[in-house]
Amino acid sequence: MTALTRKRLFLLDKAWWRSYGQHLKYAFYCLFHPFDGFWDLTHEKRGSLGAANTIMALTLITRILMLEFTNFQFLSVNWEYVNVLNECLSLFLPLMVFVLANWCWTTLFDGKGTFKDVYIGTCYAIAPYPLLQIPLILLSNVIIVEEGAFYYVISAVQLLWCAYLMIVAMMEIHDYSLGKTILFVVMSLFGMMVIIFLMLLFLSLVSDAVSYFVSLYREIVFRLY
Amino acid sequence: MKGGLPMQGKRRLAAVLCVLLLLCFLPSALAADILMHPSYTYTYDFWFDIRESPDSYRVAAMITSGGLGLEKPLKSPQGLYAVNDKLYICDTGNNRIVEASYQDGEYSLVRVIDHVTGAEPSTFSTPQDVFVDGSGNMYVCDTNNNRIVMMDKDCNYIMSFTKPTDETFDQKLSYLPSKLVVDVSGRVFCLSKNVNKGLIKYEQDGAFTGFIGASKVKFAWTDYIWKLLSTKEQRAKQESFVPTEYDNIALDRKGFIFAVTSTFDELELLSDVAQPIRRLNAIGNDILVKQQRQPPIGDLDWSDDADISGPSKIIDITVLENDTYIALDRTRGRLFGYDTQGVMLWAFGGTGNSDGYFMNPVALDHIGNDLFVLDANECSVTVFTPTEYGSLIYDATGKYLKGDYDGSAETWREVLTYNGNYNLAFIGIGRALLRQEQYAEAMEYFRYPRDWKNYGEAFRLYRKEWVEQNIGWIFAVVCVLLITPLVVGKVKKLKAEVNKA
Repeated sequence: MTALTRKRLFLLDKAWWRSYGQHLKYAFYCLFHPFDGFWDLTHEKRGSLGAANTIMALTLITRILMLEFTNFQFLSVNWEYVNVLNECLSLFLPLMVFVLANWCWTTLFDGKGTFKDVYIGTCYAIAPYPLLQIPLILLSNVIIVEEGAFYYVISAVQLLWCAYLMIVAMMEIHDYSLGKTILFVVMSLFGMMVIIFLMLLFLSLVSDAVSYFVSLYREIVFRLY
Repeated sequence: MKGGLPMQGKRRLAAVLCVLLLLCFLPSALAADILMHPSYTYTYDFWFDIRESPDSYRVAAMITSGGLGLEKPLKSPQGLYAVNDKLYICDTGNNRIVEASYQDGEYSLVRVIDHVTGAEPSTFSTPQDVFVDGSGNMYVCDTNNNRIVMMDKDCNYIMSFTKPTDETFDQKLSYLPSKLVVDVSGRVFCLSKNVNKGLIKYEQDGAFTGFIGASKVKFAWTDYIWKLLSTKEQRAKQESFVPTEYDNIALDRKGFIFAVTSTFDELELLSDVAQPIRRLNAIGNDILVKQQRQPPIGDLDWSDDADISGPSKIIDITVLENDTYIALDRTRGRLFGYDTQGVMLWAFGGTGNSDGYFMNPVALDHIGNDLFVLDANECSVTVFTPTEYGSLIYDATGKYLKGDYDGSAETWREVLTYNGNYNLAFIGIGRALLRQEQYAEAMEYFRYPRDWKNYGEAFRLYRKEWVEQNIGWIFAVVCVLLITPLVVGKVKKLKAEVNKA
């Protein structure tokens, strides 16, 4: 079976779509019953990578929609200096680095979750963002600044909810106590910094190495002619 | 001869090709030129980016020593005063005042004032500023003679304002008056070098009555800790916490004093802590109206240009009859116009030798809407007169202040045909539309300059109107939304019962 036919099969597979739908719907259960929800998410395979990717994609799309459609009273965007790809990466990369750092730590300190589990958990935990941001975009266009309290309160709620879900998700996925979870979230933040530092170091070394070979090539070409 | 023609033809062809080649490069060269040098006149948009603008002022005349017919040319002039059609130039280097008349681009020398009849000493010593009151009496800041001399229009000595003997004035300091204004009741306000307590105030009879308008001394707790940690010698070397000195003062139509300073912490400019331009009331408090996001500080974009960098240093200011105030920047030789709300109307100027550019601008004054800028290095006064575009802006702001809102909007529409980036025009039209209850259109006009305050007002009224018009539909939709679940529930229940049975 070639890759193409396999792909076609899964796209036509009604059972796959049904389970995908159920996995996606399960995000709503996690939003309101995080302790139970996140335990079953990975341990009972109630979530899937496909659904997690969908939530991530929705989050990134919502962010762009927010920049474009939030009323200028609440968010002024200078489109001359906005790069849509950068905006997406500025949300996506930190999350991925967090997942990586968290997995690095927890895999050493008997966390139960795999890298995939941590990723799925993280994606399900940021579900409040697309869920609340879209109503917020609509709201921003029907209220004025004096009534902005509604807007700002909901914005704050959405962030706090995400943070809360993130902590619960890590706790349930790794089967940690609350104290240990918070410790490892902090450790993960520290780990993120180390990873970013190493990446920058690596990049600068590679660019130095490349520029060495480039100058070497130039020198040879210069001598030959 | 026969062979000559093809030869010529070839040359011609070569010449044509060369010209074509040059033409190919021309557009790119022009484009580069435009990118490197922003236009002479510009405004700032919401994002602090420079937007090119048509010229609001053009050079009407250039008053020079030669043009005035002075035997001894001007030398390092420092002060300028303009009233009615007279212009008084403080020729500091030659210890004299030059009086000239100006009208519609024509100027001529009236007289040279180099002594005061009946005063002791009767000559000036590096006079730095001059003021003429309504009845023609002249006041001269006779700096190195440590006095302000008051004389009548025929140069007869009337009185002098000297170093205050009051104990609030530090007697160790020499009294070097540099700039002055006189209010309608004859009170004299002056600045003296080394005095940082604000403006020195004299009553009409010459009695010193104190200082007004000193800036507040700022003291951060980090400085306090730093002082605790340093030794006595270090402490002595550190700058002491003194208020800033003003560089210049001017009176506005209502008798308030505009004071400018160029000593500040440049990081505090945008947060409006530095306040380089102040409007002082009778007790010396700053009552200047400002925009929170873009306070009047001159240039908002401090990008380096050759050897020039840093923020604008406002060294003189003048207030027109329509309450527009214009500030003169020494750093880049520019003029900035602001309306009564502190919104920048335009900025223009630059450093250089051509007309409309300055080498070392030191003083600014106005007659009507014409501006006079004194350059100490060039020893000349550049006269600017508003262009059609500049006049339209004044016209529109003037009509608005008078309460002719619709007329103002019409004028703003004309301004927009000259400059489609002019935020104030959009807001002006929006305000008029708001008054005419055309809320949706007003919202569009407020959206472009991102004026969320006015937009919010327009939107609130628009929303109210919309709800009132559509209340029936809204009510219907809400009812349907409430009733549908009830009906659906009932139907389901019935079905279940039917199925059971």
